[in-house]
Amino acid sequence: MLVQFIFRAVLISIPLLYGATGEIITEKSGHLNLGIPGIMYVGAISGVSGAFIYENMCGNDPAKMNAVLAILIPLLCTIIGSALVGLLYSFLTVTMRANQNVTGLAITTFGIGIGNFLGGSLIKLVDSDIPSIALTSTSKYFKATLPFADKLGWFGDIFLSYDFLTYFAIIAAVVATIVLDKTRVGLNLRSVGENPATADAAGVNVAKYRYGATIIGAVVAGLGGIQYVMAYADGVWSNNAFGDRGWMAIAIVIFALWKPSMAILCSFLFGALCNLNNYINGLGTETQELFKMLPYVVTIIVLVFTSIRKKREHQPPESLGLNYFREER
Amino acid sequence: MADVKAVHKHNREPFVHINKRDDMSWWKAWLVRIAAIIISILLMSLFAVMLTGNSISEIFETMFTAVFGRIETGSYKMLYKYLQEIAILLCLALALTPAFKMKFWNCGAEGQALIGGLGAMICMIEIGDKLPNGVLLLIVAVVSMISGAIWGVIPAIFKAFFNTNETLFTLMMNYIATQIIAYYVYIKGGGSNVIQPVDTGIIPIVSENKYLINIIVVAVITVVLYIYLKYSKQGYEISVVGESQNTARYIGINVKKVIIRTMCVSGALCGVAGMLLVSGTDHSIRTGTVGGQGFTAIMISWLGQFNPFIMVVMTALFKFLEIGMSKVAENAQLNASFSEIVLGVVILFVVGCEFFIRYSVKFRNAKKEDK
Repeated sequence: MLVQFIFRAVLISIPLLYGATGEIITEKSGHLNLGIPGIMYVGAISGVSGAFIYENMCGNDPAKMNAVLAILIPLLCTIIGSALVGLLYSFLTVTMRANQNVTGLAITTFGIGIGNFLGGSLIKLVDSDIPSIALTSTSKYFKATLPFADKLGWFGDIFLSYDFLTYFAIIAAVVATIVLDKTRVGLNLRSVGENPATADAAGVNVAKYRYGATIIGAVVAGLGGIQYVMAYADGVWSNNAFGDRGWMAIAIVIFALWKPSMAILCSFLFGALCNLNNYINGLGTETQELFKMLPYVVTIIVLVFTSIRKKREHQPPESLGLNYFREER
Repeated sequence: MADVKAVHKHNREPFVHINKRDDMSWWKAWLVRIAAIIISILLMSLFAVMLTGNSISEIFETMFTAVFGRIETGSYKMLYKYLQEIAILLCLALALTPAFKMKFWNCGAEGQALIGGLGAMICMIEIGDKLPNGVLLLIVAVVSMISGAIWGVIPAIFKAFFNTNETLFTLMMNYIATQIIAYYVYIKGGGSNVIQPVDTGIIPIVSENKYLINIIVVAVITVVLYIYLKYSKQGYEISVVGESQNTARYIGINVKKVIIRTMCVSGALCGVAGMLLVSGTDHSIRTGTVGGQGFTAIMISWLGQFNPFIMVVMTALFKFLEIGMSKVAENAQLNASFSEIVLGVVILFVVGCEFFIRYSVKFRNAKKEDK
């Protein structure tokens, strides 16, 4: 029971962790990318389209599929798709200095639209009875686990029984922490987010860092989309199934106080809170609905506490949401 | 030698030079925006042509009939439905405007409207049969405004006293509101996911048009809000706080009070939108009652430059594209989410074109000709 609970919680948390890590990288550069929910949809649907095309090329015959290609093609599609949307966002906000909130929300509308439109069209193409497409053979490659995982009892179940993208999410968060805190690139990036004018005076190319951080952040978030479809949902895409996970990821960013390593714990806690209602005996459906608001309530409490305590290292990047124009001082 | 130096210096000049400008007249600025809108709509129509195989005139014809109905039949049903949809979205956008003008990024219209609607729904169900409809409607209106205002003022209080980030706070409040609605619907729906429409406390239907009162209410709000923002003392305080909080403090404005008061107004107007949806349209409530329009409203308020009358035009355009493009996609057996892509692209174009209004771009070679 407990093992099962932890396993489910981790499964739920991984797309959130990808989204949160991506958003933290972006926000550290001073850009509040509210387009993350849309970008995750685009990442998911690009990967799904890639997998769909590859499965069709193989004549829908799992035996003809090459394991490496079956993983690489969707991944590459996801990376390209989400990077393009990230590029669009950064072009508008960095170069054109457009309002970040509005641009982000428009990207979200646009991204969810693309996801549902392409997804809906693919569903029409396969002409199935249920409104979804199943890419089970691709999903099988994505979900491949270590061969000895199920022989190790509860230890194997809790730590070793996940798909490779789950481990990659944790690695990505750890790498992001190290890069942000310990390297010169990270220092420059943080300075760009805190005070771009000072960074600029010190010779840091503000635009380059903001473009880089936003695009890398978008790619990381997009991976969360494909991980959700391929590993969590067993390769089944149905429209709007991804739901509000993108917004949850943004909540985790606050909760984790803009630290990717904290985001690992926080998204796991979110996964547990989202899942808790299924594991407490005797809960009526109405109480379950109330339980589902817990993650957001906790986030608000964290947000309020950090703003009251005003500890410097727990604050959002100083110039978060503000565009930089060198001649405007 | 001097020549070489000059060439060298010339090469180090950036390829483009961007200058801030504040001299663009308002009509020129609007020409740029209208051009951006027209270009983006044409672009997306061409895209629709490619997808559906229809001609561009067929696409526009489909859009017009989807929105206005067939004019030769003499029925205005579709037109009224269109006006009703405009009214709801416009009401939300108007509600956000005072907050935005104060640079308070209220992203919580969705939640505030839902809670406002919940207030209305509770009154309609609990005291619906005990009071005459006129008194009841008044109570419904007051309760929904108060509940919307409460939902909006919570983030405002924390913003005013602790400078808590309001964008993130209001975003989270949306989801809490959604879950509260889910909870309430489950209790009152007796285990199903729907509350049966009630017939007490609903906004009455006058003439043949079901939504006439909704439309009139929003029209009145539009005018009143314009006057409030432009000519009232409170409206002036809002714009000063939005421009610079330090200036506001210096001239003796109580910034905390203004923030809290303005968010009360903003939340209460969102509550009105919720009431119009619950009491005036659906006569019931569900988690999808507002249906994401709270987010679209953010973009409309911003694109309308905080001017209520421009927002009317923007809302009409958005709803036209949404209904029309959905129909175009549906007719061609495509997914109706096509309209979301269209809206996204149009907004991105308008947001992008602001650049050309605020900045002038000079190319290196062009500058040389000046000399």
